[in-house]
Amino acid sequence: MKHHSLNALLAIVAVLLLVAAHFGWIDNYIQIVVMTIGINIIMSTSLNLVNGNMGEFTCGHAGFMCVGAYVSSIISVLCFGSKFGDPMLPAGSVLFVFPFILLIGGAVAAVSSLLVSVPSFKTRDDYLAIISIAVNYMIISALENMNFIGGSRGFQGMKDTYWAMIDIFDGPWMLFWVINFTIFTVWVIRRFISSTYGKGVNAICQDEVAAEIMSVNTNKIKIINFMVAAGLAGCAGGLYAHIIGYVNPQSFNILKSTEAMVMVYLGGMGSLSGAIISAILFTTLMEILRSQAIIDGMLSPVTFIFPDWEPSAGVIKWVMIPLLLVIVMQFRPEGIMGNRELSDVFPKLKKFYRFK
Amino acid sequence: MMAQTQPQTNITPVLEVRGMTQQFGGLRAVSDFNVRLMPGELTGLIGPNGAGKTTVFNLVSGFYQPTVGEIFINGQPTAGLKPHKVTSLGVARTFQNIRLWNDMTVLDNIRVAQHYWLNYGFFSSVFRTKRYKQRETQISEEANELLEVFDLMQFADEFPKNLPYGTQRKLEIARALSTKPKLLLLDEPAAGLNSADAKDLIRLIRWIHETFDVTIWMIEHHMDVMMELCEQIKVIDFGETIAEGNPEDIRNHPAVITAYLGDDNI
Ligand SMILES: Nc1ncnc2c1ncn2[C@@H]1O[C@H](COP(=O)(O)OP(=O)(O)OP(=O)(O)O)[C@@H](O)[C@H]1O
Ligand SMILES: [Mg+2]
Repeated sequence: MKHHSLNALLAIVAVLLLVAAHFGWIDNYIQIVVMTIGINIIMSTSLNLVNGNMGEFTCGHAGFMCVGAYVSSIISVLCFGSKFGDPMLPAGSVLFVFPFILLIGGAVAAVSSLLVSVPSFKTRDDYLAIISIAVNYMIISALENMNFIGGSRGFQGMKDTYWAMIDIFDGPWMLFWVINFTIFTVWVIRRFISSTYGKGVNAICQDEVAAEIMSVNTNKIKIINFMVAAGLAGCAGGLYAHIIGYVNPQSFNILKSTEAMVMVYLGGMGSLSGAIISAILFTTLMEILRSQAIIDGMLSPVTFIFPDWEPSAGVIKWVMIPLLLVIVMQFRPEGIMGNRELSDVFPKLKKFYRFK
Repeated sequence: MMAQTQPQTNITPVLEVRGMTQQFGGLRAVSDFNVRLMPGELTGLIGPNGAGKTTVFNLVSGFYQPTVGEIFINGQPTAGLKPHKVTSLGVARTFQNIRLWNDMTVLDNIRVAQHYWLNYGFFSSVFRTKRYKQRETQISEEANELLEVFDLMQFADEFPKNLPYGTQRKLEIARALSTKPKLLLLDEPAAGLNSADAKDLIRLIRWIHETFDVTIWMIEHHMDVMMELCEQIKVIDFGETIAEGNPEDIRNHPAVITAYLGDDNI
């Protein structure tokens, strides 16, 4: 079936990546970049549900990632680590249990999204933005004050779970999970928003009054949509925690939320393929700008004039990214894709896959 | 019509409003409003600008809760119900300023209005359960049928914002009817239409009244439209009911003439 050709292509790419990682054809650094791309795709597509499809303006998405990261880390350590006493589960069950650990983290994050979705019944726009930032801070501060899980020093011990996987089979497990959850995320979102049920989300964005009058239970759809978005961000948090093996509340502050927003606005609001494309572009760009050599090269005309100035990549990156956003908003305010999907831009692609 | 063939006492009114008052701060937009609409009626609501007509519709469709008074749809009280619940009791409406979902196709505009009987949730939509597939097929079939009947099929994949104004009005009425209402509220359906389009609209409303099993209550400024269509007209001014009766009575009613004094519409 032609309609499955994209799925087949994805499967081939995924298998190739895993095989290449397993046999060391791509090094650890590239693997980390690929995993970051995956996590960023989850973050941008899930935030896109709220900021794009539903047209709300929230800026605290990393807060939900944080909840997911902590919850899954704690469960993971309880089940397979030795930090809180003996592991509760046999190490052999890790491959079966791990996805559920991530999903539970996601579920708790989904519940925590009520902190934003309930106020969203009555508020919109700037006010909701402020509420979402406040919730982001609340989550971080709450965790910083929970000393039994490390407080502001962070929490670790999840590597035990990873080692348990390695004991079963020595492969690129985290890459495997990231690829699967990224595909899972896009699959869930696509099916949700293409159903009549999920289109209620777009109706709320375009005219909330008409939606409510035309029988859409707007409050319920808002709750569900926020929950899906936050839940997926929570899964992304769980993956992140297990890749790094360490979480710290400050990794999920407003700067992290901003990254997700930049990706959404770069890709185009309400465009799923746009969110994916921009997550890939954005992550790649971030990585390129991390290199001191590239920054030095780019700024050589300036440093030639001001020889005393030694730009640092870490700082310049955070000049470049906002600058990029300014340029995009100035010249293409609708983002790379606008609210269109890939298949609207290249109609021939429809032959291979139904994007909507 | 059923109303004439059966004894009056046995039928529940499609809409019954008793002593409805709406207070906006110091402003009493609607005051002690009463109405009974029987199945199959086509009734008008008129009044000068700011008389409170739209507010009456907003109250009946559940958008506001009345400060005082009761509303019954098919005998069921609507107190405390959210608008989407009122819609599922059998009320649908259009808006004075067209409120279509402009970035959704015409077909999707009809489909999304089917949320009241969707009966599946998030997980069904993700796992594409049997019920999901059944519902989506049914909804597609009915939506296509409706577009066909309304002669809108050629616009199915268009965005409403790209359609001519008159067609948008028609689509909004079609969307309201797609919820299979017992009571259809039309808020100035002829507003902004030229006289040719307005004539089409009169024909459309009459056709809907004959074809669908629906009670129609409409607000309109164009008196000629009202005279042609309605059997009964209610006139309000400053929230107070000042007259009701058949079009001829209304035209000659002294209170109405005073209220509309200097207004060219009458
Ligand atoms: N939400 C609201 N808050 C405060 N006042 C309101 C509100 N809605 C309507 N009003 C006021 O109530 C009065 C009646 O308004 P309404 O819109 O019902 O009039 P209308 O009869 O539909 O007029 P028009 O012919 O101009 O559409 C007006 O004075 C209006 O300003
Ligand atoms: Mg009005």
